[in-house]
This record gives sequence, structure tokens and C-alpha cells, in this order.
Amino acid sequence: MIAWLRRFGAFWYDFVVGDDWRVAVGVVVALALTYVVSTATSVPSWWVLPVAVAILLTLSLRRAIQPKGGAKVER
Amino acid sequence: MQGWGLFVAVFFACAVEAVEALTIVLAAGTGRKDWRSAGQGVFAALAVLAGTVAVLGPALTAIPLQALRLLVGGLLLVFGLQWLRKAILRASGYKSLHDEAAIFRTEREAALAAPARHRGLVNDWYAFTLSFKGVLLEGLEVVFIALTFGSNQHNLPLAVLAAVSAVVIVAVAGLAVRAPLARVPENGMKFIVGILLTGFGTFWGAEGAGAEWPHGDTSLPVVVAGVAVLAFGLVVLLRRTSRTKQAPEPQASVAGAGS
Repeated sequence: MIAWLRRFGAFWYDFVVGDDWRVAVGVVVALALTYVVSTATSVPSWWVLPVAVAILLTLSLRRAIQPKGGAKVER
Repeated sequence: MQGWGLFVAVFFACAVEAVEALTIVLAAGTGRKDWRSAGQGVFAALAVLAGTVAVLGPALTAIPLQALRLLVGGLLLVFGLQWLRKAILRASGYKSLHDEAAIFRTEREAALAAPARHRGLVNDWYAFTLSFKGVLLEGLEVVFIALTFGSNQHNLPLAVLAAVSAVVIVAVAGLAVRAPLARVPENGMKFIVGILLTGFGTFWGAEGAGAEWPHGDTSLPVVVAGVAVLAFGLVVLLRRTSRTKQAPEPQASVAGAGS
């Protein structure tokens, strides 16, 4: 039963979060920041998510193209 | 505009997933030479997917709109960024392109080698489970996209219509040629779907979190266009990086390549 639950959880994690969990965390943080800016300040908050998308996607791709083991790409 | 976007996004996503499911079903049917068991697997998976839509569809539409947009926008954004990330890696040469003909050959060879087993009403359990898993797994992505788009736009029937249209078109084409639809520009379609999911997710997620877009709903196409420009820009940038890296060391492997 526990093994089944583990597989079930792993399936949904892979289905929604995928290869880079940092993107999911970044989206949650960006949504929270949008909420805070829109409720606690008079500053428009619509720009937060597009900026977050650009940063998260760029960083995620940068990580993806680096050789495994964290070594830097040769110049 | 949003109705049009809803239809296009769900149709494209569904068509792509239907092509992938079709490849697996064809491999099961031709590899095992038991179309009945493969067909039983397809119908069993479609029944599970229909049940999921029937249960989750009304439940999602009962959630207040702002909370729904926050939840759906966030999920779509995470999901869309995942699609877009893979699509950009494929388009820039860092990840191998999705090749239905190669997948068909691999699945068919595995199906030919597996032993036959009878279970209950199913003559060939391998053909059944292969078809069932293929249709269920690919179909879940379609259900997720159709439900999130449909419930958010309060237009579940249009989302379901787009999904069913795509499945019918792909199924008819697949049955006609009895071969994987390798000519469908699947990688390009995935790229477009990734852009649409990310664009809609950004728009709805921000609205759900309390943001007000300048000019309201008319900002949506601008957001989608912005995501497209970003995605194409990143492809160009990565292609340059790929060429620079390959020049001194052509055999170097990179993360994600060939997976």
C-alpha cells in the first residue's frame, strides 16, 4: 500500500512539476509576491508574473544545458 | 479571443497527445496481432478519462472564479513552463526531437517479444495494458488542459468539443494509414502549446493573485505574444551556445540530450 502511494505521488509530482522543481517553487513565490503587491501596496502588480516567467525559464534552461555534475560549460 | 484561444490550445494539446497515444496503440495492435485486446485497453482508458472529466468538471466550476484562476493559473503556468522548456531544448538541439516512427519501432519490438497471457475477458493482457497505459497517460494531460481551460472560461463544452475533435481527427487518420502519424509537425505543435499554456497561465495566475491587467482581457494576446518572443529568443540564443560548444568538442554530452 505504501509502495503504491509512493508511486502514485511520484507520478503526480512528475506530471505537474516535471524535471525542474525550482520552476514550480518560483511560480508559487511569484504568485505570492503578486498577491502581496496587489493587496498591500498601490503599485500595479501585473508585471510580476511575466518577469518571473522570463527569469525562471531562462535559469531552468541554463541549468538544463550545463553538463551533469554541475561542472561549468567550457568556454 | 479567449474562446478562440481556448479552442486552439486544447485542440493542439489534444492532437499532440492523441498522436502519441495512437503510436502506442498501433504498436500494441500490430506487434501483438490482437486488435481486440488493444481496443479493449483503449476503451477502458477512455472510460476512466470520461469518469475523471465527469467528476472533476462540475467540481472545478463550483470554485469561486478568483480562487479558480489562482489555482488553475498556477498549475497551468508550472505545466506550461515544463512543456516550453522541453520544446525549447528540442528546437535548439539540446534534446532529441520526438520521433513517432522510432517510438513505434521500439514499442512494437517489445510487444513482439513479450509472452501472451489471458486474463478474464482480455485475450492478450500485454496488448491491453500497453494500450490502456498509453491512452490513459497521454489522455490525462488532455483532461488536465481541457478541464483547466474549460472551467476557467466557464466553457467546458467548448473545451470538450476541441478535445473530441482532435481525438477523432487523429484516430480517423491513424486508422486510415495504419501507421504512426510521423508527418504531423508534432514538435512544432508542442512548442505552440507550451507558449499558449504559459501565456494563459501567466494571465490567469496574475488575475487570481489580485493583479489587474492594463486594458483587461485584451492584454491576453499581448502576454501570449510576449511569451512567444521570449521562447523564440531563447531558442536562437541556445542554438548559438550549442554551436559554440560543439565546435571544440562535438562528442560532448549535455543534460537531457536523447531523453
